Amino acid sequence: MFPPIPNASVAGEASRPRFSERDLVRRSASEVALPTTRLTEIAKLIDVTKCIGCKACQSACLEWNNLHEDIGYNHGVYDNPMDLTPNTFTLMRFTEWDNPESGHLEWLIRKDGCMHCADPGCLKACPSPGAIVQYSNGIVDFFHENCIGCGYCIKGCPFNIPRISKTDHTAYKCTLCSDRIAVGQGPACQKACPTQAIVFGTKDEMKAWAEFRIKDLKSRGFEHAGLYDPPGVGGTHVMYVLHHADKPSLYAGLPDDPSISRVVKVWKGVTKYFGMALMGAAALAGLAHYAVAGPNKVTEEDEDSAGSLATGRDLQPPRGHA
Amino acid sequence: MTNPWTDIKNTDLVVIMGGNAAEAHPCGFKWVTEAKANRGAKLIVVDPRFTRSASVADYYAPIRQGTDIAFLLGVINYCIANDKVQWDYTKTFTNASYLVKDGFEYADGLFSGYDESKRDYDNETWEYQVGPDGYALVDETLQHPRCVWNLLKQHVAQYTTEMVERICGTPKDKFLTVAQMIAECSSPTKAMTSMYALGWTQHSKGAQNIRTMAMLQLILGNIGIRGGGMNALRGHSNIQGLTDIGLLSNMLPGYMNLPVDSETSFDRYMSTRAYKPLRPGQTSYWQNYRKFFVSLMKAMYGSAATLENDWAYDYLPKLDVGNYDILRAFELMKQGKMNLYFCQGFNPLQAFPNKAKLAEGLSKLKLLVVMDPLQTETARFWENHGLYNDAATAKIKTEVIQFPTTCFAEDEGSLVNSGRWLQWHWSGGTPPGEAHTDAWIMAQIFVRLRELYRKEGGAFPDPILNLNWSYADPGEPTPEELAKEMNGYALADVADPANPSRKVFQRGKQLSGFGDYQDDGSTAGGCWIFAGSFTEAGNMMARRDNSDPDDTGMYLNWSFAWPANRRILYNRASCDLDGKPWDPSRKLLEWDGAKWSGYDVPDIAPTAKPRDVGPYIMNAEGVGRLFVRGMMRDGPFPTHYEPFESPILNPVAPKIRGNPASRVFADDWKQFADIGSPAFPYAATSYRLTEHFHYWTKNNHVNAVLQPESFVEISVELAEEKGIVKGGWVRVWSMRGELFAKAVVTKRIKPMICDGKTVHIVGIPIHWGFVGAARKGFPANVLTPFVGDANIETPEFKAFMVNIESSSGPVA
Amino acid sequence: MSGISRRDFLRTSSAGIAGTTLGAFGFTEVQAAMVAAVKPFHLVNTTETRNTCTYCSVACGIIIYSKGDIRKGEHADIVHIEGDADHPTNRGTLCPKGAALRDIVKSATRLTQPMLRKPGSDKFVPVAWEVALDKIARAMKDDRDANFIAKNADGTTVNRWLTTGFLAASATTNETAYATYKVVRSTGILAFDNQARV
Repeated sequence: MFPPIPNASVAGEASRPRFSERDLVRRSASEVALPTTRLTEIAKLIDVTKCIGCKACQSACLEWNNLHEDIGYNHGVYDNPMDLTPNTFTLMRFTEWDNPESGHLEWLIRKDGCMHCADPGCLKACPSPGAIVQYSNGIVDFFHENCIGCGYCIKGCPFNIPRISKTDHTAYKCTLCSDRIAVGQGPACQKACPTQAIVFGTKDEMKAWAEFRIKDLKSRGFEHAGLYDPPGVGGTHVMYVLHHADKPSLYAGLPDDPSISRVVKVWKGVTKYFGMALMGAAALAGLAHYAVAGPNKVTEEDEDSAGSLATGRDLQPPRGHA
Repeated sequence: MTNPWTDIKNTDLVVIMGGNAAEAHPCGFKWVTEAKANRGAKLIVVDPRFTRSASVADYYAPIRQGTDIAFLLGVINYCIANDKVQWDYTKTFTNASYLVKDGFEYADGLFSGYDESKRDYDNETWEYQVGPDGYALVDETLQHPRCVWNLLKQHVAQYTTEMVERICGTPKDKFLTVAQMIAECSSPTKAMTSMYALGWTQHSKGAQNIRTMAMLQLILGNIGIRGGGMNALRGHSNIQGLTDIGLLSNMLPGYMNLPVDSETSFDRYMSTRAYKPLRPGQTSYWQNYRKFFVSLMKAMYGSAATLENDWAYDYLPKLDVGNYDILRAFELMKQGKMNLYFCQGFNPLQAFPNKAKLAEGLSKLKLLVVMDPLQTETARFWENHGLYNDAATAKIKTEVIQFPTTCFAEDEGSLVNSGRWLQWHWSGGTPPGEAHTDAWIMAQIFVRLRELYRKEGGAFPDPILNLNWSYADPGEPTPEELAKEMNGYALADVADPANPSRKVFQRGKQLSGFGDYQDDGSTAGGCWIFAGSFTEAGNMMARRDNSDPDDTGMYLNWSFAWPANRRILYNRASCDLDGKPWDPSRKLLEWDGAKWSGYDVPDIAPTAKPRDVGPYIMNAEGVGRLFVRGMMRDGPFPTHYEPFESPILNPVAPKIRGNPASRVFADDWKQFADIGSPAFPYAATSYRLTEHFHYWTKNNHVNAVLQPESFVEISVELAEEKGIVKGGWVRVWSMRGELFAKAVVTKRIKPMICDGKTVHIVGIPIHWGFVGAARKGFPANVLTPFVGDANIETPEFKAFMVNIESSSGPVA
Repeated sequence: MSGISRRDFLRTSSAGIAGTTLGAFGFTEVQAAMVAAVKPFHLVNTTETRNTCTYCSVACGIIIYSKGDIRKGEHADIVHIEGDADHPTNRGTLCPKGAALRDIVKSATRLTQPMLRKPGSDKFVPVAWEVALDKIARAMKDDRDANFIAKNADGTTVNRWLTTGFLAASATTNETAYATYKVVRSTGILAFDNQARV
């Protein structure tokens, strides 16, 4: 058993956050002064081979974050809701797969949600200063006060995670329970997980734990068992143990080889200033569109540019604004 | 459970059959994943559906619902045929060597003594041969043709792999793989645990399902050891406690039972409860029955229970029939013979079979009283909700009182978990509005009723007027007062018989254990098995020391486990004949030449010599029973019976319908589909989903989000055959009613071939109703048959026949 | 809660966007005005109470977090419920029902006052506790006196009451169960069962 994290302290002093804006390593559409000391990188490890699809993680997430999801319908599957929403930061996705090699049916169940990429496409695509931040421990967090609801983060995300709220028109996703981690707790989903399919600790610990799990899986005939920590996004702070690590897309379309678009990389590099100017222009385009079409819609140009962020196509300057 | 949840980590093989632990008990299932991760344990799931448990299993085998006995007798047959038996254990710790009376026999699905008109047996022959000394005769060589072992061998011989496949629909190779994996656990150093739940109990032969696995576990030597056991995963937070305290129509607290009409006197009652040892030197702990009974009557009636009035024996109601279980209660209601009915935290309109019959019964009551923290369908059975509850409101004359009660978070006291731990909890919130505790409500009703009898007299007022109700506030006994009373206390000073000048205990003090209970009226105790839970040292149930020396999983200083803080029942059987652990790595106890000691509280007298006293101390024989004598109504061995509604005739006994010893009311027979009826061709089963808890969590917004709407599950093949689309509406109907639900079309259910016939399965989750946050839906009990297990009357929810069609949904 | 929304941002748009772009060049005033701070831990200064999950018999340990301490006689409002990491069985974990326990305590369909449905009526109406309890005691007494069976046909004392039945809960405490047992058994009711029957 991975040692449980001790119960939280509710005393005022003990629950003071242990990291803050001083620990930011990235901030959307802005520069930060890099902290002199970096926090230890943390990670959440989701072992899908231990997951029983009970949705305790979904339940705990709704409870801890005081999220109010709508009551939906049954659509002929166990998944509910059918997709991530501004209130559903994490979602069990169920896949029935006939394994051609063993001849056995496998019910592959994956907890979907933000991967907290080391190289976060959402943050890099975000035009609004400080709407998305990354702490040196690896948490990528959204600050709704700064969000303009443009939806670029969704387009920039190789995992298709953030969702825009129709109520306040800002983007939402898993925070990795930054408020809990700041006081030495694990995320709410991790704490609830009945089978410890979700564990939490330093990234190194999680990798070592994954090795231990993979060894057991290999002994049970899952020769392709492995860790999902995709290098294309610099690794992630939410990782999976998969029985079929050679085929991640079996698990409800988990990207086989996700990567952050070349454009975003370039933009954060030498052409940063150009990039910022461009994003300012893009936001202006958004404003123009808002004036006539209302909130939460982006222009064709925005769609184009954001789409190319995700696909890696070269970004063309928005028509009429370059 | 014989073993605690935390012990499952010590196993080598988990068999989930008759349950779905990952779905219904996720946090307990954690210990399965621990065993897998740490010991390389394997998990087998045998179920009609590929369940959430199956999703993390090492091996899954399908089985048609209601055929588990055939499967398990097949495994026993396999073990015997392949010499996969823990011989030392079987020979010395079970009744394998006991000789059975000559008249006992089995043929064509019936045991000797069957009376068809009564649907019951005269079980006179279901007994051992007894010698002139009063002890059972045994043949330790197992050669005697009448010894239990040879009768068992003969009994299971027909359950060949072919027969198992024919009955259960389990492909031969899959059955053999499971049988081989199980058989490996006959090694003294391999342990297997059985985790089961309502998948075994909710059948007309539910008790025998469990017995069959218990027999298998005995011959594999898996009872009493770490990582072994028969583990009933109980459904509700205190269903174990309510059973322990005897809130059942035929029970008294601590597994004593109510007298029946023929037990006209206390002496007569006690004469069948003397439990004299059946073999020399055996403990036969029920010999203490009188102490437990007298102490209970002193707790109930105080000074009104005396030696002269047989401890108020006549205050107890006597049973004229075996049981006034809930099925009978609703039958009586339907016949207009019940006037008042109380539902305390219970929603029978959803929880019992044949909703139409239940509603008819409730409509004939004069007064229904419902106490619950939540709205229930039962309290609103008279409300018209269209197709969902088509009540003729104006015609229903039943008066209904609905009381708001506190819930767990606003109440203090103890609950017994599945592993028999009594855990104390504290109130953490202010009750909403005018809500009160159930104990307050019961006390308020009682003091009013008593007052009426005081003032007016009436029918036999004695037990009401003399009920011991000496609480500081009679209108609201405190949890502490009640807990202390259940533990037991001294009514007089009691001297040590060996040294009369020394007092064993003083008047008014709490007893330290059931060993202190007396049969002379000097002690009172409401539930003998809870003795030790609240002693002079304090509330043992509130203990929170979670240390666990050597990681055995026993946690002896966490809460209190009945009996006597013992964590694994029959734990003496973890050692061989000389008192050495069968498997040193699984040491639980050890005999050091003078006494037993170890990680658990020994389930044997601490100085009982290992070769003298058997481990099954509650049994008069001191051994486990492969042949159960006259204690089960439907036979000393299990045998395969089809469900009352079945797609095929019983292949081993074609003339027998259902369980021949099950009670069936006349009108209910008429509502069973014929065997193999083309009008109801599909084998249905009902079950829970992990997102919901029975009919409660549809009142919880979060859980309603996770599973918002009712559905049924069918195979891809059946969907194609019936033109049903994934996510579309279907109508499902049985002889008793119909429901509409969405269709989940899945590869996890596959048609099976049984006795040459294709059998399609229809899976029906149970959680839906007309109140709550989730979408309105139909509970599964609109379909289910009104018949119960032959021994304990648990309804046959798991196996019945339906038809299904694509539909446009419930709105006309 | 939402702070500067997209709408607010747009209202001050030109300044905002200029500020954004300028900020990237090193003008940090705007940044300073938009400090990113970790959300406060919302269990701070709550009262903790040890309890047990009300659902299945795994009996997971839970901690109830409330505003106000009921033991001090204060009004205690439950704000959160979470697993108890010290508990040997669940080690802090909870299933999807247990993880949402707060919402069953706070369910919109919790009952808050006694209600009465009269014969033939299509609605519940509020009733006072005293009135309802008196009514029940009277109904029990009348039914028991009318239908109590002291002796069977053979003249044997049987002392049973068959026209009233009682179903007991499965989630109440042992102590409540025992109080219930005493009351029900003392009346001679035989149709007395609990959820274990299912």
